[in-house]
Amino acid sequence: MDKIAVMGDYDSIYGFAAVGLTTFPVEMNADPEDAAKTLRNIAESDYGVIYVTEALAAMLTKEIARYKNRLTPAIIEIPGVRGNTGEGIRGVKRTVEQAVGSDILFGDN
Amino acid sequence: MASTQVTPTRMELTRLKRKLVTAVKGHRLLKDKRDELMRQFLDLVREDMALREKVEAGIKDANRNFVLAKAGMSEETLRAALMAPKQEVFLRGDKRNVMSVDIPVFDYETRTSDENDIYSYGFAFTSGDLDGAVKSLSDVFPDMLKLAEIEKSCQLMAAEIEKTRRRVNALEHVIIPETQEGIRYITMKLDENERSTQVRLMKVKDMMLEEAHKYSEK
Repeated sequence: MDKIAVMGDYDSIYGFAAVGLTTFPVEMNADPEDAAKTLRNIAESDYGVIYVTEALAAMLTKEIARYKNRLTPAIIEIPGVRGNTGEGIRGVKRTVEQAVGSDILFGDN
Repeated sequence: MASTQVTPTRMELTRLKRKLVTAVKGHRLLKDKRDELMRQFLDLVREDMALREKVEAGIKDANRNFVLAKAGMSEETLRAALMAPKQEVFLRGDKRNVMSVDIPVFDYETRTSDENDIYSYGFAFTSGDLDGAVKSLSDVFPDMLKLAEIEKSCQLMAAEIEKTRRRVNALEHVIIPETQEGIRYITMKLDENERSTQVRLMKVKDMMLEEAHKYSEK
């Protein structure tokens, strides 16, 4: 049975622990190398879904791209406590671009 | 047929013809696959976008509630309250096959069935805002999981569509024209060889007649 992980700065993710997800706090001023290592460790153990805050995901784009074409884990960006950077929405648009060639669905907003 | 060398033999011609048939059949199948994948992808990605907006709004609300809750009590109390969660979520991951793309299907199970187990603390030292905050987060969670499933599916399907599109284009614009060109080249070369043999035979016949009977056809 798989588990679900949440990665991000402590303030953004501590609430998820109460809901029953495993939290992995990574502070924003942490070394990107360490953060990448943490992500890799989580991804290689039995976590099926990893939620990553948008701010942290921006630091780990390379690492996240490695898991993009694998069935599990699904790495999903969520907004952090410091607000929505819009990166998640942009990610969806990028997916459309990759598939269709240009963003024909959400191009206007 | 300047780029690749084709040996003008009958065997090669048969091979190329067979290759062309396969390529055309493959092209048609891949094109169908691409169209169907695209149709399903567009449906899914629309759903993805709607769900993402909903989840982001939900998380934003929850975060606001948590900030409020944090303001009402000390950092230590808050950390202690959420340190030992009672509830745990287990993920049941399965996969579904859509046009030869494996996409995930997530389902979850909680360790305890009591939905009040998300409150892992005594109510004496924490503010009421925290209860609301935890509840709001727990409410978005099913949507978050759905989002994970759909967004991952979209990513996987996008990759597959890109790959299929490349294959379709490669077949349509490179493999099929090249094979057709090769077939034409060989046919022409074979015809040319045949004509040249014909002419040579006629010439030889003339020469032999000339030799034997001092006889010219003209």
